[in-house]
Amino acid sequence: MDFRLSEEQEMLVATVRRFVDEEIMPHEEMVERTDQVPPELRQHILQKSVEAGLCAAGMPVELGGGGLDSMGLVLMYRELGRANMALQYAVPRPSNILQACVGEQREKYLYPCITGEKIDCLAMTEPDAGSDVRSMNCRAERNGDNWVINGTKHFISHAELSDFVILFAATGVDQTARGPRKRITSFLIDMDAPGLVRRDGYHSVSHRGYHNNILEFTDCVVPHSQVLGDVDKGFDVANDWLGATRLEVAASCLGRCDRALELAAEYAAQRRQFNQTIGSFQGVSFKLADMEVQRRAAELLLYDAAMKDVEGRMTDMDAAIAKLYCTEALAFISDEALQIHGGMGLMSDLPLERIWRDHRVERIWEGTSEVQRLIISRSILRPLEQGN
Amino acid sequence: MKVLVAVKRVADANVKVRAKADGTDVDLNNVKMAINPFCEIAVEEAVRLKESGVAEEVVAVSIGDKSCQEQIRTSLALGADRGIQVETDANLQPLAIAKLLKAVIDRESPDLIILGKQSIDSDNNQTGQMLAALAGLAQGTFASEVVLEDGHARVTREVDGGLQTLNLKLPAVVTTDLRLNEPRYASLPNIMKAKKKPMDVLTPEELGVDVASKLTMVKVEPPAERSAGIIVESVEQLVDKLKNEAKVIS
Ligand SMILES: Cc1cc2nc3c(=O)[nH]c(=O)nc-3n(C[C@H](O)[C@H](O)[C@H](O)COP(=O)(O)OP(=O)(O)OC[C@H]3O[C@@H](n4cnc5c(N)ncnc54)[C@H](O)[C@@H]3O)c2cc1C
Repeated sequence: MDFRLSEEQEMLVATVRRFVDEEIMPHEEMVERTDQVPPELRQHILQKSVEAGLCAAGMPVELGGGGLDSMGLVLMYRELGRANMALQYAVPRPSNILQACVGEQREKYLYPCITGEKIDCLAMTEPDAGSDVRSMNCRAERNGDNWVINGTKHFISHAELSDFVILFAATGVDQTARGPRKRITSFLIDMDAPGLVRRDGYHSVSHRGYHNNILEFTDCVVPHSQVLGDVDKGFDVANDWLGATRLEVAASCLGRCDRALELAAEYAAQRRQFNQTIGSFQGVSFKLADMEVQRRAAELLLYDAAMKDVEGRMTDMDAAIAKLYCTEALAFISDEALQIHGGMGLMSDLPLERIWRDHRVERIWEGTSEVQRLIISRSILRPLEQGN
Repeated sequence: MKVLVAVKRVADANVKVRAKADGTDVDLNNVKMAINPFCEIAVEEAVRLKESGVAEEVVAVSIGDKSCQEQIRTSLALGADRGIQVETDANLQPLAIAKLLKAVIDRESPDLIILGKQSIDSDNNQTGQMLAALAGLAQGTFASEVVLEDGHARVTREVDGGLQTLNLKLPAVVTTDLRLNEPRYASLPNIMKAKKKPMDVLTPEELGVDVASKLTMVKVEPPAERSAGIIVESVEQLVDKLKNEAKVIS
């Protein structure tokens, strides 16, 4: 097997790296300090990303996107991942699921997202339905040609910037041998729809400047034409289009592994104590060795999943393994990198403090580490349990 | 109008290079390589000429082993239309490069040839000048501005005393200085298109050029490490040390 990058991939990496260094890194400290990305700056980065062709890079060329396959996207998010999440998000990355849009939905939602004119957000999680997302209470009831939606979603990322939300709501219940099972439907809902209130969310330890919101639906009426995919088939749409999102999370974690390791190695080679560089103490240098091993393993697992995805043979387990390993490798690497920096590592004057804080959410969103393990272990056990 | 740009593969500007242990050369094993920054400025200038409608075609040429095709592809991704690689493993000196480029010019008949003023590896600053002499063309080196109008290139040069402006009759050779422009990113669509653009491969034999070098590299060694400085206590002590220890003043 050969993971050498192609010429195109090398050029893509060079372009994104330079983009991050020139357009994003210079603003990082300000965003970390103020917890805000000024709208003019967001607009500027958006404009630059359009020029560099990085806007909606994962959408097919036929739709006006960048046409990157999963491997290309992983390389791009690895480079973007080195930087602050809020600033990265100024490079439009509409959810893949919008490709399920049909007819007028495409004009209204898909195309404007690809050009960066509109921003989407996606709402599944509720206060009482996190990992067990199918247990959601938010419901939509059919009323003639309309649907009436009631319920609350929380932790909805960047909803404050969004023009519309891709909402998942329960539209019925099936009685199965294992108990009641909710049917879920996906909807496209404009943020200014009557009956939808967007409230401030919670303050997270991770990703300053990148906020989440609470969305409250009270008798929010939307026409039937706002259903994305088929009624009761919301999770099918999600499974078709959202599996690879885990690879993006994994890739951005790998990018931060790169940065943390780079900083730690430089520091270990320069910082002197007891008349020698701290890197010459085995206690420090072996940390670097273990960090590098984890980074390599993370890279291999991620590239393996991405290449399988390109060939259309990535399994749920492949994506889960990549997401689990890359996010946990970042936990280890950012913590050790901080340790190597001693007290200075904790100070917000250095980027490590932020990388260390930011890593924490990665093991929770897009399915917690436990949920990924659940997927992996089920994939191992299920074939053996059949017939028992 | 056709513009030819020469691009060189060099160690990336951000890499800290080392000498090989046996002192025979710089160690380029596993070193990140890139297009020479001055050559990148040359490509950018050519692409801008094309975008402004002054030039119709931009041809990027690189000379070296197969790996330099990467830098040609990068040039194509920046907007050049086609590439030419002159394939050779030989250790090339500026004169050999100039002769090869002259042979390419004879085939291509470009109206303008843009090169970097020097490459950041050996910093010779010779190829453009040699090429102009061999080809009998006007030259404008260290350009910080190039304006093309009716068969002429007005080139503003950064010289020691300030700025000098030359009016060159085309075809002409221009070498770029840092302030000529700021190269763009290779955009994703152009990266994707680069693979489909044509690239010809020529050899020195086909071009009838003998690339044998008259120079031999004797030794490559890192500069001596600087030893720590000292802080002197008075001007008198400083003058004394400069006089009697460093012997730089008398
Ligand atoms: C900053 C942030 C942004 C987010 N953005 C979005 C968004 O844009 N849209 C969206 O829909 N959601 C979003 N989420 C929600 C996120 O996906 C959920 O937080 C996640 O799915 C976990 O749900 P929960 O927080 O309710 O935890 P819970 O599900 O309550 O889990 C609590 C603990 O129990 C464990 N656990 C649960 N079930 C099992 C099990 N079966 N086996 C073993 N352990 C289990 C979990 O692993 C976890 O450790 C965001 C979350 C955060 C923190």
